[in-house]
Amino acid sequence: MSTPFYVSPQQAMADRAEYARKGIARGRSLVVLQYTDGIVFVGENPSRALHKFSEIYDRIAFAAAGKYNEYENLRIGGVRYADLRGYTYDRADVTARGLANVYAQTLGTIFSSAGEKPYEVELVVAEVGETPEGDQIYRLPHDGSIVDEHGSVAVGGNSEQISTFLDQRHRDGMTLPEALKLAVQALSRDTNGGEREIPAERLEVAVLDRTRPQKRKFRRVEGRRLSRLLEPGGGASAGDEDAADEPESGDDGE
Amino acid sequence: MEANPRKPGRLPAAFLTPGSSSFMDFLAEHEPELLPGRRPLPPVQGAIEAPHGTTIVAASFPGGVVLAGDRRATMGNIIAQRDIEKVFPADEYSAVGIAGTAGLAVEMVKLFQLELEHFEKVEGTQLSLEGKANRLSTMIRGNLGMALQGLAIIPLFAGWDTDREKGRIFSYDITGGRSEERGYAATGSGSVFARGALKKLYREDLTERQALTLVVQALYDAADDDSATGGPDMARRIYPVVTVITDEGFRRLPEDESSEISRAVHERRLEEPDGPRAALL
Repeated sequence: MSTPFYVSPQQAMADRAEYARKGIARGRSLVVLQYTDGIVFVGENPSRALHKFSEIYDRIAFAAAGKYNEYENLRIGGVRYADLRGYTYDRADVTARGLANVYAQTLGTIFSSAGEKPYEVELVVAEVGETPEGDQIYRLPHDGSIVDEHGSVAVGGNSEQISTFLDQRHRDGMTLPEALKLAVQALSRDTNGGEREIPAERLEVAVLDRTRPQKRKFRRVEGRRLSRLLEPGGGASAGDEDAADEPESGDDGE
Repeated sequence: MEANPRKPGRLPAAFLTPGSSSFMDFLAEHEPELLPGRRPLPPVQGAIEAPHGTTIVAASFPGGVVLAGDRRATMGNIIAQRDIEKVFPADEYSAVGIAGTAGLAVEMVKLFQLELEHFEKVEGTQLSLEGKANRLSTMIRGNLGMALQGLAIIPLFAGWDTDREKGRIFSYDITGGRSEERGYAATGSGSVFARGALKKLYREDLTERQALTLVVQALYDAADDDSATGGPDMARRIYPVVTVITDEGFRRLPEDESSEISRAVHERRLEEPDGPRAALL
């Protein structure tokens, strides 16, 4: 009978963490920034249909980097959790903190159970408040820890570099066009410090906009509205034009 | 089971199992006791006394559809509530008005709204108007047991069909049977009288404003002849809930607009109590 190899718990965990990190690094990074009227989500995504960002509940949105099938599963779990909780109690009782805790427990249990493959995902759960001080952003790495973030967050392969870049330039009270341009600038830097261009069609952008009159604050920013915001010096009056342009709806489709 | 939202912890397997985009299906599998239709019914003798909502009317016009309801809930010959709301947005492009047992109906609307929103979030696209109407059928069918004990819910569903680009109205019976109505519809105890008014005043080329006035006229006639339907309450400033759905989505008339229409109708009725006259031939 052969003797099984002994692997120390430290080593086993380190291996699992490395496995997960490598998986996440294969995906593209995304960033989440606070601006005056809410929180903006920006990522490079060539797909029109497979989203990285989505609505979870009235004021709560979800962003993920890594393996699509795994984070899609977590996203739907989150929608079910939020809807069930809101149905059982009240809509006001669904909070980003509660959701982040459930995600952390889920990721943490999977990460430390030897029988399961760790998830190769990194999540952001964000909730927009009545004021910028009330905004909440939680980052959830693959191992189930929770990081309470402020201002700007980057997740995904290149996130450390992007975070440093954002930390130096992001400030409170940015307008949406300013925050969006900064986000695109951050995402356009490659690992060697060079820059490449990301065309608007390859960007996925969504906002949690606290000024929306509807209770559902999540909105995708696409097409003309997005190009207008990205124009140099543009987007100043975008807020007013928006309303007339498209019927407002919390849905994903346009 | 830790499925329970009251016990936070890891998401239970059911939450992470790929499956239906329907919230009701998820509940049926996961917490069936939360579904209204799954509640065990105790044997009851005689009718159950519970507040009833009364009259809902709807009318379509070339750019959309109007749905309105009076504000009275009755329990037997008692007025249970003077300012009840019986017309609700179902989602961005549809609305539902309810007549019947108020408590159950409001719960059904809440679940229906959630069902549509849940589908939209999971699938990233809205259900078709036909799909929404069918979903409501299923829910009413689930309530059949209670309906036979006297707790019936009879909704009226109206919405803007984004594919066909027109407003559509669906009415239901207690078995969940659904029928699409042409032009106008009414449900509830005062509906007989409301339908008479709608029939006489409705035209296919109404403007939005005319359609809004039409439904208020119909509610006025319903309240005139049905004691369970409330007319505009001038003393307490309680006016019908009037909503309109167009390609720009659902809009509930703010109080100043609905009171203005109600007051105009009421003023005319002081001179002509039976309302506008239709031509004899």
